[in-house]
Amino acid sequence: MNVPEPFAGESTHSPVRHHILSVLVENKSGVLARIAGLFARRGFNIYSLAVAPSESHARYSRVTIVVDAESAPLEQIVGQLDKLVNVVDITDIAPREAVERELLLATIKTDVANRTPLLDTLGNAGAAIVDVDPGAVTVMLAGTPSACDDLERALEAFAEVELHRTGRVALPRLGRSTPTTPEP
Amino acid sequence: MELTGAQALIKSLEQQGVDTVFGLPGGAILPVYDPLLDSSIRHILVRHEQGAGHMAEGYAMATGRAGVAMVTSGPGATNIVTPITNAHMDSTPLVVITGQVATSSIGLDAFQECDITGITMGVTKHNFLVQSAHELPRAVAAAFHLATTGRPGPVLIDVPKDVAQSTMEWWYPSGIEELGLPGYRPTVELDESAVARCVALIESSERPVLYVGGGTLKSRATAELLAFAERTRIPVVTTLMARGAFPDSHDQHLGMPGMHGVYAAVTAIQRADLLITLGARFDDRVTGKIAAFAPDAKVIHVDIDRAEFGKIRRPDVALQTDVATALRAFDAAGARPRNLDGWWREIRSWQASYPLTYDEPEVDGPLRPQHVIESIARTAPAGTIVASGVGQHQMWTAQHWPFEEPNTWVNSGGAGTMGFGVPAAIGAKAGRPDRTVWCIDGDGCFQMTAQELVTARSEGIPIKVAILNNAYLGMVRQWQEMFYDERYSEVYLSPDLPDYVKWAEAMGCVGLRATNVKEMNDVIDEANTINDVPVVIDFRTDSAEKVFPMVPAGVSNDDILVHPSQRGGAR
Ligand SMILES: Cc1ncc(C[n+]2csc(CCOP(=O)(O)OP(=O)(O)O)c2C)c(N)n1
Ligand SMILES: [Mg+2]
Repeated sequence: MNVPEPFAGESTHSPVRHHILSVLVENKSGVLARIAGLFARRGFNIYSLAVAPSESHARYSRVTIVVDAESAPLEQIVGQLDKLVNVVDITDIAPREAVERELLLATIKTDVANRTPLLDTLGNAGAAIVDVDPGAVTVMLAGTPSACDDLERALEAFAEVELHRTGRVALPRLGRSTPTTPEP
Repeated sequence: MELTGAQALIKSLEQQGVDTVFGLPGGAILPVYDPLLDSSIRHILVRHEQGAGHMAEGYAMATGRAGVAMVTSGPGATNIVTPITNAHMDSTPLVVITGQVATSSIGLDAFQECDITGITMGVTKHNFLVQSAHELPRAVAAAFHLATTGRPGPVLIDVPKDVAQSTMEWWYPSGIEELGLPGYRPTVELDESAVARCVALIESSERPVLYVGGGTLKSRATAELLAFAERTRIPVVTTLMARGAFPDSHDQHLGMPGMHGVYAAVTAIQRADLLITLGARFDDRVTGKIAAFAPDAKVIHVDIDRAEFGKIRRPDVALQTDVATALRAFDAAGARPRNLDGWWREIRSWQASYPLTYDEPEVDGPLRPQHVIESIARTAPAGTIVASGVGQHQMWTAQHWPFEEPNTWVNSGGAGTMGFGVPAAIGAKAGRPDRTVWCIDGDGCFQMTAQELVTARSEGIPIKVAILNNAYLGMVRQWQEMFYDERYSEVYLSPDLPDYVKWAEAMGCVGLRATNVKEMNDVIDEANTINDVPVVIDFRTDSAEKVFPMVPAGVSNDDILVHPSQRGGAR
């Protein structure tokens, strides 16, 4: 049987048929393994996954999973996930109806020649410099996943970049009935 | 009242009404075995932990209550993974307690440590690694709640040795709110609009079929099924997991569908315009090639587990509830299909042309396995429970044993676990000592778990085992004959090695043998008179006998192969 590997897939972070599941789970050891194991054995693809303690209650954590709704029907993924006893609530947010943000951190080797183009790139992207030393800068962008994609591509022009992204978190857009405005 | 964790664990089991635990002790679970001596709970000491698991399954299937097994850490725990997987596939309520090394040693590769909660994550409904003695009552109560409600299944409780040895102030959860399961909501409100759409589909159907699965037994809906079926005259098929959910003697019952299903049952599904799916899951052994399965049918899918909807076949209406509730709602709405006379005429013609059949046995042998099964059934008292292994003998039993009552068929469906039969029969008899329990086993299956007959003899559990000894891993042989040009690879077992009669006697059982029809009738009569010790009968059956009808794997159900004696006409 050809089961796709979890976390695999294209390096693009904006898959066409992705969906965002905002999952409230009990804060118990092994919960992430249960979720990852379920996705692995059922052949569902995860594009990204972000976990943090929940806003309201120490007993819960919020897991934001970007799933590939092409690897399986969304109802299947939600239905199977919902059967995990430690999963308390699942909110499915269609990309159009979500406010999504992601954090990108990158360290870039700097020299006299690349300083100006680098500053231009960062300025265009709205990225901030958060650390410097004589030969390198670390920059940060908190933005939409596509803004992070753009910056990641732009930084490919520079040598020796170390780059990390957190995976996105999301909340439903307010006043969903009104047509969505483009992201700033 | 101060108790040790071990005492609290046993007391919690008593609180749950547990009367029987199947198990085998060892280092990590040792503390728990001590208070067992003072408990009213009967412990059945198995000879292999796989036996404990299958016994607990057999107990659960025969009684409808959760089966309980208890084993030690490491190899004890891994030995019971097969039964846990089996129970997971067949939605059997099971609570499995495993010992674990002390919390301070977890993660250090301590002696007999193994990550059993990790190993069983994918094959349990849920599992717990208990961190303190105080948490034990909650874990036990939660395990039983999870195992027996919603879609039932196995739950494992891993108990570190120090947790069992430390003390706690006794308490027990007084209600579901105290179980600490905020994410578990097994029941949902009945969706009345979905019920209305089901009723509309039923009322517009002309060729409906009730596709009855194991969930019908799990939700104890057999009375509702009988009432609904008789009121509507809709034909009924019962899957391998649902045998006994509807009386075989009933004239609306077409029998089992699927790979080795009855021609009329398979074909009625193929020609249906509506499948009323009750706690069934469109298993590949039922559907054959899914794209060709019931091509003209609208589908009503009733299931307690919403993840079953659309997993294989997209339903026209999905109704998330238990089968009994759904059928009561259909009845309350007076749902009734159109006139089914034409549909029944077609079905009756299929039944007349292609009944289940087999060749008459020769007088001096070998025996026909189907004939052996029917002969045992004819002399078995009403309510007899039948277990089986996995293979041809299982399919013949599912086809030819006349099932009349729920919870009389104990078998391994989704996992197809060879060796299930003997221990499952023992568990069933332990749970229902008032019933006669037969195990119709294969020679291959028998050799996998036969040692549990020692358990049966020493615990006074007198089951009857019929080995259909065809000297082969027969089901595999059948596939090699039909699909691999009769190239037989590693399927021969020998009829005489082992000597099943001597083996039975060595295990304290009565051993009998039959090679022809006269001997067959004699040994069945003799077995029926023995009620104090287990009986094992070595029936010498024809190695070449095959299971028919058959839909080869991945082929459309339309291309069903009937018995050779029925070929040549229409197909
Ligand atoms: C544990 C396990 N191993 C292998 C198989 C594959 N298998 C299915 S049926 C079968 C043959 C069973 O032989 P036997 O018990 O003699 O039954 P028969 O088919 O001859 O009636 C085998 C090997 C299985 N289902 N389970
Ligand atoms: Mg055999």
